[in-house]
Amino acid sequence: MADEPNAPVEGAPASKGPPAKPVQPAVPPNLAGKTTSVAAAPRRPPAKKKKVVDDTSPLLSRRSWLGLAWGSFTAASATALAATGRFMFPNVLNEPPQQFKIGFPDEYAPGVDERWKDRFGIWIVRTPSDIVQEAAGFYALLTACTHLGCTPNWLSAELKFKCPCHGSGFRPTGVNFEGPAPRPLERARIVLAEDGQILVDKARKFQFELGQWADPESFLRL
Amino acid sequence: MADTKIVTPKEGALERSWNWLTETQVWKSVFRHNAPITDRNRVLVVLSNVFLHLHPVRLRKSGVRLRYTWCMGGLSFFLFLSLTFTGVLLMFYYRPTLEYAYTDIVGLREHVPLGIMREMHRWGGHAMVVTVWLHMFRVFMTGSYKPPREFNWNVGVIMLVLTLLLSFTGYLLPWDQLAIWAITVGSNMARATPFMGAEGPGSALLMLGDVRLIHAADDARFALLGGTFVGEGALLRFYVLHCVGLPLAIAVLMAVHFWRVRKDGGISGPA
Repeated sequence: MADEPNAPVEGAPASKGPPAKPVQPAVPPNLAGKTTSVAAAPRRPPAKKKKVVDDTSPLLSRRSWLGLAWGSFTAASATALAATGRFMFPNVLNEPPQQFKIGFPDEYAPGVDERWKDRFGIWIVRTPSDIVQEAAGFYALLTACTHLGCTPNWLSAELKFKCPCHGSGFRPTGVNFEGPAPRPLERARIVLAEDGQILVDKARKFQFELGQWADPESFLRL
Repeated sequence: MADTKIVTPKEGALERSWNWLTETQVWKSVFRHNAPITDRNRVLVVLSNVFLHLHPVRLRKSGVRLRYTWCMGGLSFFLFLSLTFTGVLLMFYYRPTLEYAYTDIVGLREHVPLGIMREMHRWGGHAMVVTVWLHMFRVFMTGSYKPPREFNWNVGVIMLVLTLLLSFTGYLLPWDQLAIWAITVGSNMARATPFMGAEGPGSALLMLGDVRLIHAADDARFALLGGTFVGEGALLRFYVLHCVGLPLAIAVLMAVHFWRVRKDGGISGPA
């Protein structure tokens, strides 16, 4: 602390050091025979700080005891705080799966299929020829508008996805053509599982504007 | 270094930054008075701090004698604070519905780090019932319920009831067999409430023509359970009472209780 009462008044910091050992143990007259430490160690140099008169503890001085108590309290509080922070991050999540099987390819007719829109948030589109892959097959479009994340409606008569929030429009390919949406809808990873079913993995997304629709896993060739 | 301008040559960088810190407005707003090392400063520090001022500046020496007070009132308050804290944490994971209540309790042990949080709340609740009883026992044995403290004794009795009700309402929330049947048995007692319980004395007198005014679907037990048996309504009702209603009531009474202790001359001591 800055206002340490017994800070040396003269002398540069470099000259600080242990004080020279005095020859005589100086016992203040009013403490003679009252403090155990002075009586037990008569050869000790005089303490720099005045001892409190009623501090007669043989083990710990009042000051070290308080330091120990506050230190333990601080450590316990810090531990409790850390434990509370950790408590907020559970080890198990009850969230819908990001990866799921959606049946066999011959269960899907050409065009946009809406059967998984509510449950998994994807449209399955079967196309005779994809704009990027230039082959027949399947892709999975995520149902989140690239403007602000609303869910567009599939308008089968007009062959477009139309977002009800701000009017963004997307082709069946997912490419945006009207409204404020800045980029095409995203596609999810779509592959064939070992049992022949289509497997969709929403954890891996493919963006057209980054050239990712050319990735073989963004499109299931038939 | 020796040529640079320093206000006092003996000050190191640490002391300079400490001096700067203690001069800032933020520091001075938090610590409005000097260190409490003189009697005057001690009073100023305590009285200008909303938390510290709840405790008196000075106590009688007997006020800190454990063998006299047992510190049971203080322990009850400490347990209430820790129960509030752990209880709020549990509310982040617990949903009071038939579908989720039990599995969320299991999840608090199995799926959440530090699954002991729920146990701390549970054992803390049991401990608070014990410390409140011991506190009342001590107050009784030392005669501290006598005037001028008789009003505070009554406040304490109400808080004892609230503590027991907190324990009772919390008991239902795990929604296991023990909880459901314990509350079934406990709430059946409300059937026998005089006049207000369907099977209580006098309720049969409350008739309008030949229509009974107090029956199983509108009596005291129904008000407790929000239904005619321990079901979804009871779970939600007990949850709201346990987490909001009863804690608010007991917190207000605690403020009255502590204030009254001060007004009646501080913690009671040997005559």
